[in-house]
Amino acid sequence: MLRIENLSAWYGEAQVLREVSLEVAAGEVVTLVGRNGAGKSTLLRSVMGLHPGQRGTITLDGRDVTRLPAYKRARAGLGWVPDDRGAYATLTVTENLTLPPRVGPDPWSLDRIYEAFPALHTRRDSAATMLSGGEQQMLALARVLRMGARLLLCDEPTEGLSPLLVQQVGDLLREAKQHGVTVLLVEQNLHFATGVADRHYLLAEGRIAEAMDNSEVRSRERELLAYLGI
Amino acid sequence: MSGFLQNTFNGLVSGAFYALLALGLAVIFGMLRVVNFAHGAFYMLGAFGAYVLLAEAGVPFWAALVIMPLALGLLGMVLERAVIHRLTRLDPLYNFLLTFGLTLILQDLVKSRYGTQSSPYHTPDELSGSVDFGLFDFPTYRVFILAFTVLLCVAVWWVLGRTRVGMVVRAATERPELTRAFGIDVGKWVTPVFGFGIALAGLAGVLAAPMRAVNPLMGADLIIVVFAVVVIGGLGSIFGSVAAGFGIGLIQAWGEAYLSDFPIVSQTVVFVVMAVVLLWRPAGLFGREEAPA
Repeated sequence: MLRIENLSAWYGEAQVLREVSLEVAAGEVVTLVGRNGAGKSTLLRSVMGLHPGQRGTITLDGRDVTRLPAYKRARAGLGWVPDDRGAYATLTVTENLTLPPRVGPDPWSLDRIYEAFPALHTRRDSAATMLSGGEQQMLALARVLRMGARLLLCDEPTEGLSPLLVQQVGDLLREAKQHGVTVLLVEQNLHFATGVADRHYLLAEGRIAEAMDNSEVRSRERELLAYLGI
Repeated sequence: MSGFLQNTFNGLVSGAFYALLALGLAVIFGMLRVVNFAHGAFYMLGAFGAYVLLAEAGVPFWAALVIMPLALGLLGMVLERAVIHRLTRLDPLYNFLLTFGLTLILQDLVKSRYGTQSSPYHTPDELSGSVDFGLFDFPTYRVFILAFTVLLCVAVWWVLGRTRVGMVVRAATERPELTRAFGIDVGKWVTPVFGFGIALAGLAGVLAAPMRAVNPLMGADLIIVVFAVVVIGGLGSIFGSVAAGFGIGLIQAWGEAYLSDFPIVSQTVVFVVMAVVLLWRPAGLFGREEAPA
């Protein structure tokens, strides 16, 4: 579904991605792990079309999207779940959910979202920034499900959440996967990553250092945690 | 008592002009991150256009009230496409140079043909005379301005707050890059929003023609106070700009009435208020700190 070939990216003079190539098949959940500054978020931003300084090729369903602006990539089925959760202060919760156009074949209805997230329903007319951190994360995920996005780009959706909420995010991603949604996930929580994902890429200094499956991550958990500095 | 009401009413009428101009500046800044120093020149063009239409073509006030905002809105959209949109990637200094330069060009174009003498514009017959409110009476035309402006601000408020277009503009104003990532072509909305802001300035100009001296510098005199209004309300805040517009109109009118023995105080009170607000809330009364993209 998503194919990245020889992607390099820069922040000014500093190169943060070096010839990264990877693939995500339709219906897969794939994580990017790596230390802070390894280039995980930049990789996600590049796929979304939010990082200007880049070289390489990004294809979505066989279509070259490398030169497409971000809004066209979103309409092609990419769902953006930013690391700061992207809640708009000047929009209500409902408006936050209905802002993006419907782009996919199987968008969630607002009713279904409010049934799955009663807290969002209760606060539907409040400014989205009045929600708690966990509720804002649910809002960010619910928003791309309502779009009907086919490939979710999630930047650390569990960061700063309580264990109960982490479990909820996991349930939600597994449910999306069951409906055929593909997910590319930046994640530091290895336990969570092996719980939801099929495969993992370890990013180090802007390169893909290793590709691992769940059993490999589990058996090397101690070594990986030490490497990640967690 | 009736003197106080009289002053309050006059303050609200000047506030109406500040509100219309500040509202235009606010939507333009919100969407483009451009501070339009040429806003006063478009206000002047609105008033001058109404004068020229009447004097040279016999076009009445009511027609000018429609024609001038549309024409200037269109001119604004052309200017946005031609030059203004280039500012977004440049140092803010160019923002000042370009829009201030536009002001001088527009002012001098008018000056070279009509001179700096003020031109009279008669109040339309339907709005001459005064309205009796019992304790006092007010000029009909001023009552009209106040009612019309309040209705217009409420309409803009409704469009921004309750419609899909308004939702997109709010989202794009708050976080343009994030909004693109949600499938919205933010660039498509920039030109119409700029044109709309300019049209509001033109409209304020037409409304001002019958009660203010129509001359090429009328915008330059007013815009300094309007910038104080925008800063007090919070740059880019729609509600803040309107509220501060009416508020400053009131403070100015009261200052002129009750502090007339201290002209230094009554003439500078607006800027004292601005300084105090900025010390207390650097982003303005209703402004928010810049959010990350």
